Amino acid sequence: MITMERRLLAGDDSPFAQPTATQLVALLREAGLTGRGGAGFPAWRKLEAVADAGRPPVVVGNGAEGEPLSGKDRALLTYQPQLVLDGLRIVARALGATATHLYVHPALRALTVGIPMTVAPDAFVAGEESAVVNALAGRAPVPSDKRIRITQAGLGGAPTLVQNVETLAHIALIVRHGPQWFRSAGTPDEPGTFLATVGGAVAAPGVVEAGYGVRLGDLVDAAGGPVQPVQAVLVGGYHGGWVPAWPELPVSRAALGAYGSSPGAGVVLALPSSACGLAETASIAGCLAGQVAGQCGPCVNGLPRIATTLADLAARRARPGLVDEVTRLSALVQGRGACRHPDGTVRLVRSAMRAFAADVTAHLHGECLAGGAR
Amino acid sequence: MRLHVDWTACDGRGLCAELLPELITEDEWGYPVVRTDEVSPRLEKAAGRAVDRCPALALHLLRR
Amino acid sequence: MTDALWYFGRGTGLVALVLLSVVVALGVGARSGRTAFGLPRFAVNLVHRNAALLAVVFLLGHVVSLYFDPYAQLRLVDLVVPFAGEYRPFWLGLGTLGLDLLLAVVVTSLLRHRIGARAWRAVHWLAYLCWPVALLHGWQTGTDGTTWWLRTVAVLCAALVAAAVAWRLSPGFERFPDRVPRKRPVLEEAR
Ligand code: HEM
Ligand SMILES: Cc1cc2nc3c(=O)[nH]c(=O)nc-3n(C[C@H](O)[C@H](O)[C@H](O)COP(=O)(O)O)c2cc1C
Ligand code: SF4
Repeated sequence: MITMERRLLAGDDSPFAQPTATQLVALLREAGLTGRGGAGFPAWRKLEAVADAGRPPVVVGNGAEGEPLSGKDRALLTYQPQLVLDGLRIVARALGATATHLYVHPALRALTVGIPMTVAPDAFVAGEESAVVNALAGRAPVPSDKRIRITQAGLGGAPTLVQNVETLAHIALIVRHGPQWFRSAGTPDEPGTFLATVGGAVAAPGVVEAGYGVRLGDLVDAAGGPVQPVQAVLVGGYHGGWVPAWPELPVSRAALGAYGSSPGAGVVLALPSSACGLAETASIAGCLAGQVAGQCGPCVNGLPRIATTLADLAARRARPGLVDEVTRLSALVQGRGACRHPDGTVRLVRSAMRAFAADVTAHLHGECLAGGAR
Repeated sequence: MRLHVDWTACDGRGLCAELLPELITEDEWGYPVVRTDEVSPRLEKAAGRAVDRCPALALHLLRR
Repeated sequence: MTDALWYFGRGTGLVALVLLSVVVALGVGARSGRTAFGLPRFAVNLVHRNAALLAVVFLLGHVVSLYFDPYAQLRLVDLVVPFAGEYRPFWLGLGTLGLDLLLAVVVTSLLRHRIGARAWRAVHWLAYLCWPVALLHGWQTGTDGTTWWLRTVAVLCAALVAAAVAWRLSPGFERFPDRVPRKRPVLEEAR
């Protein structure tokens, strides 16, 4: 339990000195802070791109939390909203922003923050950064083509920085305590803490904070420990990947990459051995297929096809070429959308086909390994 | 030059696959599959024509 | 000499009407996304475009010859401002209106990449107004209006376009190829 931390969750109202844009970029670079919204992109790079755009930007805190399994952004905004607002203010002042916005999950519509706040629709893709810009501009909250980056021309044509609310809260702490303090948690390559939403077959599902590289077992224990034997863990959420239920497994990009997974936005879902991993994945794929924004032909046609093919596999409606069909469709939709929704879906599906390879074989023979037959 | 499909605009009309079969094929729904988005100088003219003829204006040639 | 102008004017007008009908039918064909007469889709589009450009050429011939024709007594404004002429202002005005619409459709089409898909498509719908306007104009204005062969050509043109439009409006038209249609959320072009 020594690896658990309370930084964001403890909050901090100590004074701090406002950095300039150059100072902030340098600070974040030294700290090695990456985005906590899922993609894990270095925060300093995006900040620098917006600063270099040469026009006064708009800064947006993204608390849409469209990922159904995640609750950490809501927890952060409920218990420590001040850290997020500090982070927003610091970034906005450093960049000379003309406006700041907070974009939040529908459950937080009653939040009062003193800056313009927009409630996101309850839809998976509504949290994607260009969808966020469209929502704030009063348009349909769906992603745009990426020919023009929002860091160049986003809300109202201004360079726009969309940052996950947890990323902003980390910035508020880094400015107070410095990059070395930030690096004292996590691993040298992946420094700092992250908020994890631990759920599934655990006694006390909820949000915990830990440094990257924390043992998977420790995260599960921090959420009350398993209530049943765990057969696999979904890390990274609906766009994440299945990893083995190995307590020693470090939760970091480096360690999870081997399974096609990454910490992503910090979702950890423990799958009990009584459940069927293929059925679980098919149901998630069905949900993801239902969440397509509907704009992009390959996504609109491909994701439902992937979902129904997986559903056939899960329901043991075996037919020749079923597995090849999953492989083929996955390759077909990858990279062919305005946003990364197809790619995230494919990541999940591919990891499931690997993690549940034994189940796949069983299902093709009309059997299921769920419930302890393994 | 790099070929880019704006998927929010593409209607899968298939002209690009006819005009630039070297780089573009069609999937089972009629949407373009870009084999490689790198456009060699030899193909730039054909690519430019495909971009020009796209009824949805969804195909773009980008400078890197 | 003046008779020659008159015949030239009528001939070019008739050819322009035929071409325009073919252009509308080919436009519907292009929109359908299907190949036609063994032509690949890009060729259907290309023929549609080139026939449209040819129609413009004939129409300019039609207008210029009649402008110099002493019987018609056209003023320059009559070529651009509809319903202002002295001679059968309504039916002549339809011709002027048709020309304006055609030029709008063609010019926006040539500038498609400049003005964006949305604006182009909006103007292109005017094609469905342009064609009947041109037909009515031809039917009523020409001195040949009563000759059987001109009527026959006009009826054939009308049949062609009616068939194309009927196909365009048929439920199966948009259902090709077999796939889930995309949604087009209302996004402004602002970005
Ligand atoms: C330079 C001239 C023109 C160009 C480049 C052009 C191009 C096009 C294109 C690309 C399409 C859409 C095909 C698709 O969606 O796949 C189209 C459709 C169409 N065009 Fe044109 N066009 C031109 C002139 C005209 C003219 C002069 C007319 C008639 C007055 C016309 C009538 C139509 C019609 C009726 C359609 C079908 C529209 C629909 O129902 O959706 N076009 N054209
Ligand atoms: C389909 C989709 C949904 C997303 N939903 C969210 C979300 O709900 N919240 C969020 O912070 N980022 C979300 N993202 C990531 C954002 O696009 C963006 O990368 C992020 O907000 C940037 O912040 P960060 O760099 O601080 O992580 C989503 C991305 C995709 C492709
Ligand atoms: S890729 Fe899918 S989810 Fe993303 S914008 Fe396109 S249709 Fe919508």
